[in-house]
Amino acid sequence: MKKIMIFALMLIGTTTFAQNKNAKASIEVDGVCMMCKSRIEKACLSSKGVKSAVWNVKTHELQLIYDERKTDLETISKKIASVGHDTKAVKAPDEAYNAIHSCCKYRDEVVVEEHKDSGGK
Amino acid sequence: MKPLRYLLFLLPLISFSQDRVSGIVMEANAENTTTGLAGANVYWLDTTIGVVTDIEGRFSIPYTSENKKLVISYVGFKTDTLTISQPKTIRHWLESKGDLATVTLTSRKQTTTKSYLHAANTFTVGSEELLKAACCNLSESFETNPSIDVNFADAVTGTRQIKMLGLTSPYILIATENIPSIRGASQAFGMSFIPGTWIESIQITKGAGSVVNGFESIAGQINAELVKPLTDNKVYINAYANANGRLELNTHLNTPISDKWSTGLYMHGNLRDAKHDNNNDSFLDMPLQEQVSVMNRWQYIDTEKGFVTFLNLNVLNDEKQTGQVNFNSKTDKGTTNAWGSEIDTRRYEISTKFGYINPEIPWQSIGVQAAYSNHKQESYYGLNLYHIKQNSLYTNAIYNSIISDSRHKIKTGMSFTYDHYDELVNTTDYERTERSVGGFFEYNFDNLEKLNLTAGLRIDNHNLWGTFVTPRFHARYTPWGKSALRASFGRGKRSANIFAENQSVFSTSRLLNILNSDGEIYGLNPEIAWNYGISFLQGFNLFKRKADITVDFYRTDFENQVVVDFENPQEVNFYNLEGDSYANSFQIEMNYNVFEHFDLRLAYKYYDVKTQYQSEKLERPLTPKNRFFANAAYETHMNDNDTGQWRFDVTFNWLGKQRFSSTVTSPLAFQLPEYTPSVTTLNAQITKVFSPKFEVYFGGENMTNTKQDNPILGANNPFGSNFDTTFVYGPIFGASYYAGLRFKIK
Repeated sequence: MKKIMIFALMLIGTTTFAQNKNAKASIEVDGVCMMCKSRIEKACLSSKGVKSAVWNVKTHELQLIYDERKTDLETISKKIASVGHDTKAVKAPDEAYNAIHSCCKYRDEVVVEEHKDSGGK
Repeated sequence: MKPLRYLLFLLPLISFSQDRVSGIVMEANAENTTTGLAGANVYWLDTTIGVVTDIEGRFSIPYTSENKKLVISYVGFKTDTLTISQPKTIRHWLESKGDLATVTLTSRKQTTTKSYLHAANTFTVGSEELLKAACCNLSESFETNPSIDVNFADAVTGTRQIKMLGLTSPYILIATENIPSIRGASQAFGMSFIPGTWIESIQITKGAGSVVNGFESIAGQINAELVKPLTDNKVYINAYANANGRLELNTHLNTPISDKWSTGLYMHGNLRDAKHDNNNDSFLDMPLQEQVSVMNRWQYIDTEKGFVTFLNLNVLNDEKQTGQVNFNSKTDKGTTNAWGSEIDTRRYEISTKFGYINPEIPWQSIGVQAAYSNHKQESYYGLNLYHIKQNSLYTNAIYNSIISDSRHKIKTGMSFTYDHYDELVNTTDYERTERSVGGFFEYNFDNLEKLNLTAGLRIDNHNLWGTFVTPRFHARYTPWGKSALRASFGRGKRSANIFAENQSVFSTSRLLNILNSDGEIYGLNPEIAWNYGISFLQGFNLFKRKADITVDFYRTDFENQVVVDFENPQEVNFYNLEGDSYANSFQIEMNYNVFEHFDLRLAYKYYDVKTQYQSEKLERPLTPKNRFFANAAYETHMNDNDTGQWRFDVTFNWLGKQRFSSTVTSPLAFQLPEYTPSVTTLNAQITKVFSPKFEVYFGGENMTNTKQDNPILGANNPFGSNFDTTFVYGPIFGASYYAGLRFKIK
């Protein structure tokens, strides 16, 4: 009985969170520099329902606050992929990746290495 | 029982071992012990097939022969890619990026920073910049800054006024921690009431400021951020002695009270009791002074709940005596035995700030500021009596949020101000109360692209002026890399406190006349001006060294001004502007890091400031049209243990000719030429850092020993009709040297 109660409570919890207009999430997005940062954040913010997006160059962590009634993580990830950045859920299509500036080619180990010391641009 | 549990763990492995890759991701450590990483990402490279490790760091991912590269990543750790050729069990240690985060940046912080991103033309002067000149107080802290002119000390009170865009400090909103602080009765001397060591940084905004801080700013805003009990040194002592007899002592004591509360006690005292008359005009070159100021700050921070609170208490006592060397205040006050002046100021201030940042929603915050001050100045200048009392209350509440997303930020709020003035000018009493209540709204658009703009509007109701609107607008556009093109316009409105702002008129034999009488403040109307500006900032590399260049042009157009007319040497006339009054300011500034640890700053400034006087339209007196400025800073390399560093700073200033107000109707002996000669000054300072705790500095001001010949007209007959101390364009005291020490415990 106790377990059922807990389970039920958890369900309620999830349902309320499903309607959270200020849902928070943190996902990993690949990139190397401040140009990537602005590209990633811009893509998120221009995606409907995203209220705040802050990407950390060093940790690759993207902190999101978004309206769950209007969008979800998958939509946002797709949007990020469409401007050329990989998330763990969605890989950027090659044409989008190829369109980004040559200094931002985060899949290239040489580029990643170049950015390592400067900790960004 | 225990073996059973192991068996349970093994079971899934066995059952999936044919078509899955499974294993455990662990945090790397010296002993290679098993510390599972929960929530690490494990996925096949170039696919969307991925899993997250469980609470113990375990994972299991389907295996297909097409996928060979398995990527393991975790925020804060180095990402690893493993080559997998067959389904198997993996034990993998991820290495922390932690060592990256602790790398200390050894590059030198710029002492004055300009933003490439903000909409407003704001730059921040850091505490390092303030140390370049042993600035004893706020009015002296702009000597290494070309955007702000520091006028030469007035011949009687020794006070320095500042100018921005060709306009004197009453047209600049001067705030401490965003609370307007130097205004009204404290306008003339207030900048010397903020000790230099209390200042953490200064933000200078050229042109129209933000509507959040009120409607008063016209030429710009200066905000002094004070040191905070939480971040300031535990103990800080600064002792200073000047060859001209000035002694200063600053002590800071900061201590945490609990994990959320901290408090600081800041004491400042300065004393000058040596009489100097280098030019033998029988007048002291600088006043005798005694100032004691004590501030107690309380700071509360609760980051979890998002609360920040400040409480400030400040008591100040300032006494100045000046005039003729043989003046004795006890026997000569109110007589014509000798000319003398005493200015005594007492000021109490209490201010508080309360801030709440929603920890769940970082863009939502509420701030409330409140400040009360009681300012009392009792003074006489020769036979002129001047007393002023001001009771002032300022409250402002600001709400920050966003519209739809963080590209559209808004600030909105309400403010209320109350000022009661009680003034005695010789035998005339002036008393007035000003109250204003207003609401403001500011919108900021920043889509991280080339354009960023801030548009603000406030509506205020003032008990004397009725309801009026103050618009302010700033925009920044980045046409290409490392550049910022800015434009701004805005309106400002203020009451001219004609006596408080022009106290030097009491040290003359001029007659004071207020010519209009239908206005609300001394019979005069409020001052209203529009300010327009454009600026361009470009950063670049010159011979592989960082450089930047800023060009700006500002115009201030007065709709109404209280004209202070000195053009008749027997009178000072105050009247409402009829006709044109404007100030055009052009500045070009370059900063260049010539070689490592050597920075150079060069600036040229051109002013065209004209006002329609009763007689004719004339250049504003004592405002140089041309100014050249240079500052060079060099420091030796800091040893590994932060000791044995030398720092050198040199500042050069050249001021072109300045117009004297007309003296053609004076007797020939008291006539001055139309223009002053040009003035050159050189300041330098050397600092020796012995350890992070202790440093010593030596410096010289006006080392070229430039002196104005005749700063006081009619000095030999101060009660006669041609006595005038307002024609000061250059240093009165020649070269002056100082030394000091700083001691701090972190």
